[in-house]
Amino acid sequence: MKFELRGITKRFPGVVANDNVNLEVSTGEVLALIGENGAGKSTLMNVLYGIYRPDEGELRIDGTPQHFSSPADAIAAGIGMVHQHFMLVPVMTVAENVVLGVEPTGRLGSLDIDEARRMVKEVSDKYSLELNPDAVIEDLPVGVRQRVEIVKVLMRDAKIVVFDEPTAVLTPSEILEFFEIVRSLVAAGRGVIFITHKLKEALTIADRINVLRRGKVVGEANPKNTTESEIAEMMVGRAVQLVVDKKPATPGAAMLQVKNLSVVEPDGRTVVDDVSFEVRVGEIVGIAGVQGNGQTELVEALSGMRRAASGSISVADRDVSHDSPRERHAAGMAHIPEDRQRQGLVTEMSITENLVLTRYHDAEFSQGIRMKWDVAAARAKELVAAYDIRTNDPSQPASTLSGGNQQKVIVARELSRDIRLAVAAQPTRGIDVGSIEYVHSQIVKERDAGVAVLVVSTELDEIMSLSDRVLVMYRGRIVADLDPKKVSHMDIGLYMAGSRPAAVAS
Amino acid sequence: MTAAAVPDRVVSAEQRKRARSVGITYLVLAMVCFFIFTRRPGDAGFRITETSQFTLPAQGFGWALGIVLVAVAAAQLLRGFGRLSNVVLALATAAFFMSFLAWAAAGDSFSFVGMLQDTVSRSVPITLGAIGGILSERSGVINISIEGMLLAAACTSAIAASLTNLWLGTLVGALTGVALAAVLAVMSIRYKVDQVIVGFAINFFALGVTSFVSFRVLVPNRDTMNNLLPVTPIRIPLLADVPFIGTIFFEQTIFVYFSFAAVALATWGLYRTKWGLRTRAIGEYPKAAGTLGVDVNKLRYRNLLLAGAVAGIGGAWWPIGIVGRFDQNITNGRGFIALAAVIFGRWHPVGALCGALVFALAEAVRLKIGNFDTGIPSEFLIMAPYVVTIIVVAGFIGASRAPKAAGQPYEDQ
Repeated sequence: MKFELRGITKRFPGVVANDNVNLEVSTGEVLALIGENGAGKSTLMNVLYGIYRPDEGELRIDGTPQHFSSPADAIAAGIGMVHQHFMLVPVMTVAENVVLGVEPTGRLGSLDIDEARRMVKEVSDKYSLELNPDAVIEDLPVGVRQRVEIVKVLMRDAKIVVFDEPTAVLTPSEILEFFEIVRSLVAAGRGVIFITHKLKEALTIADRINVLRRGKVVGEANPKNTTESEIAEMMVGRAVQLVVDKKPATPGAAMLQVKNLSVVEPDGRTVVDDVSFEVRVGEIVGIAGVQGNGQTELVEALSGMRRAASGSISVADRDVSHDSPRERHAAGMAHIPEDRQRQGLVTEMSITENLVLTRYHDAEFSQGIRMKWDVAAARAKELVAAYDIRTNDPSQPASTLSGGNQQKVIVARELSRDIRLAVAAQPTRGIDVGSIEYVHSQIVKERDAGVAVLVVSTELDEIMSLSDRVLVMYRGRIVADLDPKKVSHMDIGLYMAGSRPAAVAS
Repeated sequence: MTAAAVPDRVVSAEQRKRARSVGITYLVLAMVCFFIFTRRPGDAGFRITETSQFTLPAQGFGWALGIVLVAVAAAQLLRGFGRLSNVVLALATAAFFMSFLAWAAAGDSFSFVGMLQDTVSRSVPITLGAIGGILSERSGVINISIEGMLLAAACTSAIAASLTNLWLGTLVGALTGVALAAVLAVMSIRYKVDQVIVGFAINFFALGVTSFVSFRVLVPNRDTMNNLLPVTPIRIPLLADVPFIGTIFFEQTIFVYFSFAAVALATWGLYRTKWGLRTRAIGEYPKAAGTLGVDVNKLRYRNLLLAGAVAGIGGAWWPIGIVGRFDQNITNGRGFIALAAVIFGRWHPVGALCGALVFALAEAVRLKIGNFDTGIPSEFLIMAPYVVTIIVVAGFIGASRAPKAAGQPYEDQ
């Protein structure tokens, strides 16, 4: 079976999300679709899945044009999708989620839950996915939830399975398991479209790679005779530095000292559990871990957005545990929050206003209750130039910027001050390769200027290339303190999953 | 075993806090027993059939219960009842309630069975309103316009029943509920207006229009347009002959039987059918259903209209089930109480029925106790059952969890 997208164009007010895109995939192969955020991958897949109707172009299956008006049509035609954010009802069981929409029924439309269980067992056994049909979704780890999604798709007898960023939430060992599943799907005669921005994974698993940039397919590559940097260049449109360029660190005195810090949720769960560490001047400490292991709460406690249950936080030997976020700022702490649109920026406000958000009360920018907007505007102009923020007019709302440029606004605001400590949470999440390169270089520059840097990221590659020292967080605890030059990805992955590499355990 | 023995079960801070407040509540109830329920001498007669009754010595019962409650409180505070704590709470609450009745009726007697029969009857509009609320919220639409639906349906069904017959009157009531639900549906699903605000608007609209109709149309034409003979109770053969229980549950109007059937049907539907699975899914995480080809908004429309019909029949209970006419604002907030019953029952039809019975009991007690001279201002008497209700809600329910997507419009991407 062969699925073809022919000349797909999809326009939204002001943007052409897909511009005459051609794409084909057959059963029995893996096509990787690579592109930066905003390159049009999701739009294209929504067209394929019947959620959007294309303005031009058509979808053909074995040469026959198809017209989908809803996901139901796409499912019927043999297309299945595993979404990036799992489409599972958390309070329901595996069996209930899997049969939703194709429920087996008995008399009077009653639900035949035994039949549903049997169906789940049958499919999961066939592909050795190991699922308990009666488990409730919210109790399951992310890797298992993904298997539920896969069973859902297989149950509907999908010929082509689309995976949208499937590895973003998985640990390295779960990623390997996932690749095994993909291989078994292909072996069973199904086709796979694998959407990702992780070049290494595309090279590992794909038979063919298509690169999307600004809504167009800009290149095809064969993983056997191409390299990461070639694909990255196609994605961005210019040569990019994939490896962070930095000199060995020369750490000095301790700047951030965290002692026995614990954070407890209102419902009594301990999310940060007796954590102690320090970050020295002139070093970058990376915190690795699978999402949801307490990193978010740790950063919130450090930045003052959340009160710690116990323990202390000191910056330059001064206890800031009970200080407000503004007092911590004044003590020399910079904070790049993980959610740039909710915590990092006020997107409705202008770029200029966002750039002075942490300093508007300084004498430089205000006099009594009066803001000196002319000074702020001049300052914004300088920062826009210095931090390569792509905008013509800093008085425009921050929402008009791309994700990468929004992140640069935050980086400019936080790092342009006179700081001693920078806490960066997910500093490159969802931004383009070019901006990632830039943000990384700025972080290294701060380190070399004598700032202590703490980077929290769920992207292991980022942690490994950026950090001088790696801490691994698992279930609220720091379970390892490692030198990234002396430890493998796989070993860190084991720590992230809560186990211990064999060499260390013995 | 070492000194730091592992606790036999994991208890969160939240649970411990709740266990402590329940313990303190027992102490407070014990104090009420000692200082209030032992103040009136005499025996209280609880009639349980036409001819027989049992009596409780008001003072003795108050003292005994007070002592028991102190012991229960001590046990609760020191070691807790573990899995039995809800059973203990239920028993204590029931005993406290009996002591309250004994105190109020000391030296006199009243029809206990009549009070409970009245309770079941009065639970009808609350139950049906709550079923309407559950159907809406389980599908992801907050429906605070139950009050408006009950009121408007009460008005139209009174007129229709006066002019034609009771069946048509009830049907018109149901259709009135459907019409208001359609407004809520179009506004909240199609135009994505804030659901609480639309709900409020519907409530005020219903109050305004029915008041106008009541003054300008029904009062001048009382005999022709607002005058009907309500339905009479139907005795279910055999079942009604069971003493006590039979009188309470099986000598009731068709509305009562319908509301029990509605609870059973809604429970079966929500948990045992394809429709129910989809309904619960679109109330929790509509995207999951949408991406599997379920038409989320269509199902929301259908469920809202169904909710309107059920609530409409609940509204028809006033003129056709009990009173025989429509009065201005006859529902007097029962729609909101129905929503409280929804939360009380954790969005489960059977739970909501229990909630409705508790609230209806409060009302029936108030009507009965008003007849006794208890020496306490009647306003306080009216409050007492509600105080018990609050205790029950706080003690049994704790934090409850609404359907996650309730209140959020659904868009295809």
